[in-house]
Amino acid sequence: MSNVPADLKYTQSHEWVRGLPDGTVEIGITDHAQHALGDLVFVDVPEAGRKVTVGEACAVVESVKAASDVYSPVAGEVIAGNPDLAGKPETINEDPFGRGWLMRVRPSSTVTGLLSAKEYEAVLAEEGA
Amino acid sequence: MGRRTPLFELHKELGARIVDFGGWDMPVQYHSQIEEHHAVRRGAGVFDVSHMCVVDLENSGTRALLQRLLANDVAKLKTPGKALYSCMLKEDGGVIDDLIVYYLDDSHYRLVVNAGTRDKDLSWIRRHAADFDVEVTERDELAMLAVQGPQARDKVAGLMSIPNAKLALELAVFTGRQIDAWFVARTGYTGEDGFEIMIPAAEAIHVWQKLNNEGVVSCGLGARDTLRLEAGMNLYGNDMDENTHPLECGLAWTVAFEPATRKFIGRETLDALKAEGSPRKLVGLVLEDRGVLRGHQKVIVPASPPFASGEGEVTSGTFSPTLERSIAFARVPSGTGGKVQVDIRGKLLNARVVKPPFVRNGKSMIEESK
Repeated sequence: MSNVPADLKYTQSHEWVRGLPDGTVEIGITDHAQHALGDLVFVDVPEAGRKVTVGEACAVVESVKAASDVYSPVAGEVIAGNPDLAGKPETINEDPFGRGWLMRVRPSSTVTGLLSAKEYEAVLAEEGA
Repeated sequence: MGRRTPLFELHKELGARIVDFGGWDMPVQYHSQIEEHHAVRRGAGVFDVSHMCVVDLENSGTRALLQRLLANDVAKLKTPGKALYSCMLKEDGGVIDDLIVYYLDDSHYRLVVNAGTRDKDLSWIRRHAADFDVEVTERDELAMLAVQGPQARDKVAGLMSIPNAKLALELAVFTGRQIDAWFVARTGYTGEDGFEIMIPAAEAIHVWQKLNNEGVVSCGLGARDTLRLEAGMNLYGNDMDENTHPLECGLAWTVAFEPATRKFIGRETLDALKAEGSPRKLVGLVLEDRGVLRGHQKVIVPASPPFASGEGEVTSGTFSPTLERSIAFARVPSGTGGKVQVDIRGKLLNARVVKPPFVRNGKSMIEESK
């Protein structure tokens, strides 16, 4: 069974969002997503300064099997892409909610429309995960 | 629900992720595809390949039929048990399937054909067999396991009686023999030594578990794909199909043009193509930038006098766990060499043209870039 930390927000497309004390958010893919993808071998994260909209494909994660887009759960400006993933994409498999974060974004408005941990668990249950 | 092999329930018990493959519910991976891959390069792994179709051809017309049906020539098979890799072609040279044929005796040959093409293969074979004295029998009662890796042969032999193990270990590369109820062949699809064994379906689970107990790692179709691509082996449906001919699939070596008197199906087209030169060819690519090559990506070939610039397409691409970089097959204009670019999501990345295989017996066959 996938790990779904209670203190994060989620999307239907298996991204997670963590609010940071400075008002920015950290974004990554869930444990379920990394497990479904399998061993990650390539990650492309956005550069600082890029403007993203909700639902925009802004990062790519590739496993041995396939490439998947990561969609921004929020609108705003990218503050940083995780610099450690280029050399160690497997970090996402090892620690998807921690060291495997993909990017930090400064939201341009109040973040809405995300799922609670409970709601995301329901999404997973529906998918038969 | 797709078709299932005798090992399906065991795969689920072992934690496999199941996917559809040519109409079959097959394990794509158990835990880590990369670890499964390395197990085969370094030790031994076992694959369920029972979805592949074993077809026995018997009676006096078998050899003549195969000399008509196959682009390679079964006359090369002189020792019982010897195997041959061949394409089966349409009249226009398009590839119906690639297969292995074993010569068992003068009136008995065994084919192993792909799962996804089994129905059309069988109807094609039966249609042509009608003109010959040949009996066609599907051997659905057999399960097939591929045990591959530097330790694979010893692991399989360890399950057999001492005299039977001796018979198995004596097998030369690309030969097989019946040993009691098992047909054991020194063949595979990984670029490593090993056996493919055809055994009664009822024994399959027991044999798999015993191999696991001896340290042979359960491996899925995911690892099978990265291993075969590293080994420079084509996959039907990706690298060739009915719209491509062997000379543009890197399979010219499997076409027996001699003797010229042998009229195999597709010969006239291939003779003409050979005379004028195939406009396209299949090459290996190694990606020099960061990224992953995938099927259907566009390849941009720079002009290299006397050849004009051109375009090609990746047919199979992946991340190579052994080389820790991305590799691919691509179909490109025949003059292509040196460096090309590949369009990956709108970015042009640099790749180098190489001659497959990329890996053989655990070792890189690719020179480092200068």
